[in-house]
Amino acid sequence: MLNALEPFITVDGVGKNYGAVQALQSVDLKILAGQALGIVGHNGAGKSTLISILAGTQMPSGGELTFAQSGISLPGYKVDQAQAHGIRCVFQELSLCPNLTVAENARILHPAIRGVGWKARARRLISDKLDEVFPGHGINPDDEVGDLSIAKRQMVEIARAFTKVDSPIHLIILDEPTSSLDAIIAQQLLTHLRGFVDQGGACILISHLLEEILQSSDRIVVMRDGGVVDDRAARDFDRGTLVEAMGSVAKEKDEARKAAKARQQESEALVSIRPAQQSDGRRLQAFSGEIVGLAGLSGHGQTDALIDVYQQKRRDTQGPAKTVPMALVPGDRQVDGVFPLWSIGMNIVIGSMRQLTRGGLINPQAEARLCEDWREKIAIRTPDMNNNILSLSGGNQQKALFARALASDAEIILMDDPMRGVDIGTKQEVYEMIREEAGLGRTFLWYTTEMDELEHCDHIYVFRNGAIVADLAGDEVTEQRVLHASFEDGAEGGKPEAKGPEAKEPEAKEGTAS
Amino acid sequence: MTAALSKHFKIISGKPWIWAFAGAFLVWGATILYTGGTGAGQILSAALSFATFSVIVGIGQMYVITLGPGNVDLSIPATMTFAGAVSMKIMETQDAMILPGLVIALLCGLAVGLFNYGLIHALRIPPIIATLSSSFLVQSSAIAYGRGLKIKPPELLAEFTTARIAGFPLLAICVILLAAIMSVVLHRTVFGRSVLAIGQNPRAAALAGVKVDFIRLATYLQSAVLAALCGYLLAGFSGGASLNMGAEYLLASIAVVVIGGTSVAGGFANLPGLWGAALFMFLLVTMLNTFGLSAGIRLLLTGVIIVGVITLAGGRRD
Repeated sequence: MLNALEPFITVDGVGKNYGAVQALQSVDLKILAGQALGIVGHNGAGKSTLISILAGTQMPSGGELTFAQSGISLPGYKVDQAQAHGIRCVFQELSLCPNLTVAENARILHPAIRGVGWKARARRLISDKLDEVFPGHGINPDDEVGDLSIAKRQMVEIARAFTKVDSPIHLIILDEPTSSLDAIIAQQLLTHLRGFVDQGGACILISHLLEEILQSSDRIVVMRDGGVVDDRAARDFDRGTLVEAMGSVAKEKDEARKAAKARQQESEALVSIRPAQQSDGRRLQAFSGEIVGLAGLSGHGQTDALIDVYQQKRRDTQGPAKTVPMALVPGDRQVDGVFPLWSIGMNIVIGSMRQLTRGGLINPQAEARLCEDWREKIAIRTPDMNNNILSLSGGNQQKALFARALASDAEIILMDDPMRGVDIGTKQEVYEMIREEAGLGRTFLWYTTEMDELEHCDHIYVFRNGAIVADLAGDEVTEQRVLHASFEDGAEGGKPEAKGPEAKEPEAKEGTAS
Repeated sequence: MTAALSKHFKIISGKPWIWAFAGAFLVWGATILYTGGTGAGQILSAALSFATFSVIVGIGQMYVITLGPGNVDLSIPATMTFAGAVSMKIMETQDAMILPGLVIALLCGLAVGLFNYGLIHALRIPPIIATLSSSFLVQSSAIAYGRGLKIKPPELLAEFTTARIAGFPLLAICVILLAAIMSVVLHRTVFGRSVLAIGQNPRAAALAGVKVDFIRLATYLQSAVLAALCGYLLAGFSGGASLNMGAEYLLASIAVVVIGGTSVAGGFANLPGLWGAALFMFLLVTMLNTFGLSAGIRLLLTGVIIVGVITLAGGRRD
């Protein structure tokens, strides 16, 4: 083991870009032995990129990693080197093979377990560690991972990271380790982690549960927009200062936004649904001509809510939305949006085929006219709309998808975080167009993970764990309030326990010691 | 020079069906070279007659395959047999029953199509298994119904299906028209565009407002109805419905789609290729027969040549 509080890894100016997107910009960081380091920041702040680089699964675009034992180790630093340096990772997306047993999954991490009787040794290794970290876990090493509940899978993943065969473990990286664990199990993990750190191990903990970070870390690093913006001892932070450090200082909104139109509650809502996980009476509502934002951390039920609206499901009021035409602008272009064999024009026209049909046939002149109109209107950069859609850059493909929705007769336009990976110029053009169309009476439901985009919304619903937790309008829309609501019990100022509503989730219950 | 070449290449690569026609023409040329020119017209006329039936089922199969990976209709032969047997028995060789017989045949197809899609959609059985298993049921029904007897078609139907205008089969003209109509349907209607969209990306299609389930249902119905039509006409053409009349159309329906340049991965299809491929398939067998090759060599060469044409036609997708 290294001496406590000696740097185990020194990160020096490490940056990473994906094409034009700067995911990480020149981060300097010291990871010390015998210290639990908490990292916080909202989505896209660069946390995952940073730990991927430490784990060797991503190559940085620049900078240096220096290991206390072996000196500089870049470039050419890969997963196997990270392993050799005693770095273990528990990723947000679990990395177990669902078709293998718990013991077999343990073996994957340890090539040293080989020869006759490997299975018995792997079995012993993982069940000893499970007993140690999560006493009373109720997991059989011969269980197939695919049959385990999500909580148990996470427990296996964590225990596996702590197993050691030949080389010692120096650094454990945990990315949202407690997201599917209940309060008791999470506490077991945090206690074990403390023990590991006290013996001189280093640990990086990433969590959106601020209480957990404050309680379990010795030092906290705050990341924002791909950089480290604060790095202090954990005792110097409290919830409030942490949230403040994560968000950029709330900008003054322009006067027009401040004079946001008051909602006419007496008129009938165009859209009114109750999200699936909503236990109270809150509803997602949108009125004609409104731009409604769906905020919160990514993957907390916003997309599901949009799809529900789109499929006209769970609408237990008889709102007029039943007959209102809708269109959706997908966020994941390749998976949800683009038809790769078609021209740009055909990709746009598919949203408006019915309006262009005369006597059962799609009118080619009308089709060409619509394409030309939108090429000019939304400035798609192509010499010919008959070119294949894939000839466009990502941002221009996204514009084509916007054109598909806007060219249709849809009165409600649903947007599923459509601006990911779109350059700033295009963004401004599209924002302009959205405001214009809303002025003409179209209604927008806009899920976004970018704080800046919420500035364009008249009304914001903040989602957490599939339910609406805050409902902000006009002046109430500030980055801090959205952030507060996005994190556990933010609006009410936090509860004493480390865990909030997550522990109530049915999935997590299965993980309780039995 | 290179610009001109690449322009030519672009024209060809935009029309993948050209290879099937080129193949058909070459094979035909080789045959009449061998015979010294005799029978050129008859061979072509026979090719048109027989290709007609492959094209009818090929149209249905092409739309199904265009829906994307995993979509195929293996119940085509059974549907042909069933519709042929039922309609021949109901018509009892009476000319007055020709139209009712046709309606009955098409209804048989509709029923099979509904059953197929019921298995696929309600029971979530993969199409390849669903249509295969339903084909056993349908084939058994045909056996039980027809008791293996070959029932003759009405005189008039037999005449219509074998009629020729100046050596050109009347039925082939009708089916060329049908293919032209289905080509317009594919490219210029909401239905056709929807099929192409689903074949490229079913999720994106649903999110773009395409009624995916309805379109898939319609496509499987169309395939079964066309198979039934084919069974009806083939029974008229070949002097009655027999229990194995559909057998060779399982492979043929898929082969003409693939050789014709339609993408097996879905989302891209063309109608002319069906005709080119159907002619090519028939002429290829004729050529090998004319050469007097043994059965083994014939099959071997058939396989090799089909692979060759598919490789050429498939080259455009990269």
